[in-house]
Amino acid sequence: MSETAYVDAIREALFDEMERDERVFVIGEDIGVYGGAFKVTDGLLERFGEHRVIDTPVSETAIVGAAVGAAMMGMRPVAEMQFADFASCAFDMITNFAAKSRYRTGVGVPLVVRGPSGGGVHGGPFHSQNPEAYFAHTPGLKVVQPSTAYDAKGLLKSAIRDEDPVIFFEHKFLYRRVKEILPPGDWTVPIGKAAVRREGRDLSILTYGAMVWTALDAATTLESEGIDAEVVDLRTLFPLDEETIVASVAKTNKAMVLHEATRTGGIGAEIAAVLSERCFEYLDGPLLRITAPDTPVPFSPPLEEFFLPNAEKVCRAARALAGY
Amino acid sequence: MSEPTRQQKLEIYRLLRLNRTLEEKLVNLYRQGKVVGGLYRSLGQEATSVGTAYALSRGDVLGPLIRNLGSVLVMGFSPRDVLAQHMARASSPSGGKDCNLHFGTPERGVISSISMLGALVPVMAGIALGARLQKKNLVAMTYIGDGGTSTGAFHEGLNFAAVQKLPLVVVAENNGWAYSTPFRKQTAARCLADRATAYGIPGETVDGNDVLAVYEAAKRAVARARAGEGPTLLEAKTYRMKGHAEHDGQAYVPSEELAEWAARDPLEAYSRVLATEGIASADDLAAIDAGISERVEADAWAVEQSPFPSPESALEGVYARKVADAEPAAVRRRS
Repeated sequence: MSETAYVDAIREALFDEMERDERVFVIGEDIGVYGGAFKVTDGLLERFGEHRVIDTPVSETAIVGAAVGAAMMGMRPVAEMQFADFASCAFDMITNFAAKSRYRTGVGVPLVVRGPSGGGVHGGPFHSQNPEAYFAHTPGLKVVQPSTAYDAKGLLKSAIRDEDPVIFFEHKFLYRRVKEILPPGDWTVPIGKAAVRREGRDLSILTYGAMVWTALDAATTLESEGIDAEVVDLRTLFPLDEETIVASVAKTNKAMVLHEATRTGGIGAEIAAVLSERCFEYLDGPLLRITAPDTPVPFSPPLEEFFLPNAEKVCRAARALAGY
Repeated sequence: MSEPTRQQKLEIYRLLRLNRTLEEKLVNLYRQGKVVGGLYRSLGQEATSVGTAYALSRGDVLGPLIRNLGSVLVMGFSPRDVLAQHMARASSPSGGKDCNLHFGTPERGVISSISMLGALVPVMAGIALGARLQKKNLVAMTYIGDGGTSTGAFHEGLNFAAVQKLPLVVVAENNGWAYSTPFRKQTAARCLADRATAYGIPGETVDGNDVLAVYEAAKRAVARARAGEGPTLLEAKTYRMKGHAEHDGQAYVPSEELAEWAARDPLEAYSRVLATEGIASADDLAAIDAGISERVEADAWAVEQSPFPSPESALEGVYARKVADAEPAAVRRRS
C-alpha cells in the first residue's frame, strides 16, 4: 500500500464527497482545466464536469458570494482561495454573510472555504500568511487546520458535511512533505477535537498546522536533555477543544503555545486566556508563546527564516520553562 | 407579453398603498419611540419595489434592500412581520436578531441583505447558481442603489453572473442619493444602465415611478433570465423623497428637485391611470385605502402587545449545534 501525501489526501476528500453527495461542488480560480495552483483539484473536472468544478474570474468576493447563495439553496459548495491570503478579498462574504446568516435569519450556510496558508516556501508577504485568527474571532465560523494527511482528509470530509461554514487552512509547506498510509473506506475526523501527538510529563506544547512537526522535532531534542514534552495538535482552532488542552496542562503543569501566525491577538493569546481561566491552580510556570513576530511575512530567505518559529526557538523556550 | 389583468392592476394598487400606509405607521411609531433603531423610508420609490417584485413567479427568489418594503410585501411577508422587525419583537422573522427588512429564507422566496452594499449581488448569483445545479428553473432578482453600484461586490457579482449566464435580474434603483452623496459624485457614467455594457449584458432604464412600466420592463428581464439568456441590469429612475433615514433632514437636497419629484408621486400617478382606464374610481380607491389603514392599525396594536425576545435567546442560533459557552469557565465553575 502506498503513502498518500497531504495534498492528495485533500483531493481524495473532495473526490469522495463529490461522489457521495451530488450537492457538493467546487468553485475557484484555475481549479478546473489547470487543476488548481497546487493541483489540489487535479482530475476533478474530468470526473465531475464543469458544472460541479467551476472555474471563475479572478474574483474572491464572487467565489465566496456565489458559494454562500448556493449553500442557502441547499448545495454544499467548497470554495478555493488560491492562497489563504486572498481570503481578505472575500472577508465580507465570509465574516458578514456566511458567518451571521444562521443567527440573523435561521438560514444555515454549509460551505467550506479552503486554501493554502503558511510560509517557509519564500512566498513573500502575500503568499505566506496565516490568517486564521481573523476567522476564529468571528462567531458563526469554524476554523480548521490539519497537520497530517489523515487529518487533512478526515477533517475536510467533516467540514463538507458540517451544517455551518468552515474555514479550512491547508499548510502549503506540508502539501508534499508529509505523507502516510491511509486506511480505506469512509472515515472522518471530528471538528472540535484535538489530538495528543506525543505524550509527555514535563510541559505541554500546544500547537497546530506545520508547527506540529516543529514541536515534535523539538520534543526529540528535549528528550535527550531530559525534558519530556507533550505535543497537542489542536486541529480545530474554533471551537477549541478546551478539554484536551486543560487535561494536558493539568498533567504537565507547564504550557507553551506555538504557532506560525504572528503574535498579537493570535490563537495563542486565546489559549493563554483559556488556561488562565481554567488552569490557574495547576500552572507552575508562565504561559509562553512561541510565534512569529508582529511583522508581515518577509521574503528573503534569511529574513523569513528569522521570522518563522523553529525547533531551536521552541527548545530554548522549553528549557526556560522547564527550569521553573 | 400580456398586460396585467384588471384584478392584477388592483392588486398592484393595494400593494403600493400598503407599502405607503405601513411606512406612515412606522413613522408614527418611530416618533413615539417605539421603533428600535433607524427608520429607512421608501417614500416615492414604492413603484420600483412593487413593480419589479410583482414580475416574479412562485418559486423565484428575491434579495431586497432596506428601501424595498413593497417588494417583501409582494413576496408575501405581512405587515405584522415588518412591524415586529422594526419594534424588535420576539415574533419578528429574525427573532429580534436583526433590524428593519433584514429577514427572509429561500423557502419564502426572500434572502436577507446585509448592510454592506453590493453584497447581495454575488450571493443572489449564487442562489441562481445553486438552483441551476439543482435543475430548478428559478429567477433570482435583487436590488442595488446608485451608491451600491460603486462597490466591488456589485462588479464581481454581476461579472460572474454574466460569465455564467445565470438567471439574475439586478434592479439598479437610482434614487439620486446615497445618504448625502449625489449621483454625480458617485459615478461619471451617464446612467446606471450604461454599466451593463461592461458586463456584456443588456441594460435598460425605466421610469421607476411608473409602476406598470417598471412591471413590464421587469417582466422582460425575468423572461430573459428564465429563458437562459442571462442577467439583465434594469435601472429604475426614481427619487428618494426623504433623508437617508428619519433622523436625516436632507438639508443637502435642493427643494426644487423635491418639488419636481413630488409632482411625480407614483401612487397618485397610478391612481390616475386606474381612474382613466375605468378600473377604479376615487371612491373605490378610498375604500381600499381605508381597509388597509384599519388592518395596519390592528397589526401595529397587536405587535405592540407582543413580547420582546428573552435575553438568553441572544446565545441561540449561532451554529446548528451549540459549540461554545458565553461565560468564562471560572465564572461557570464558581457560580
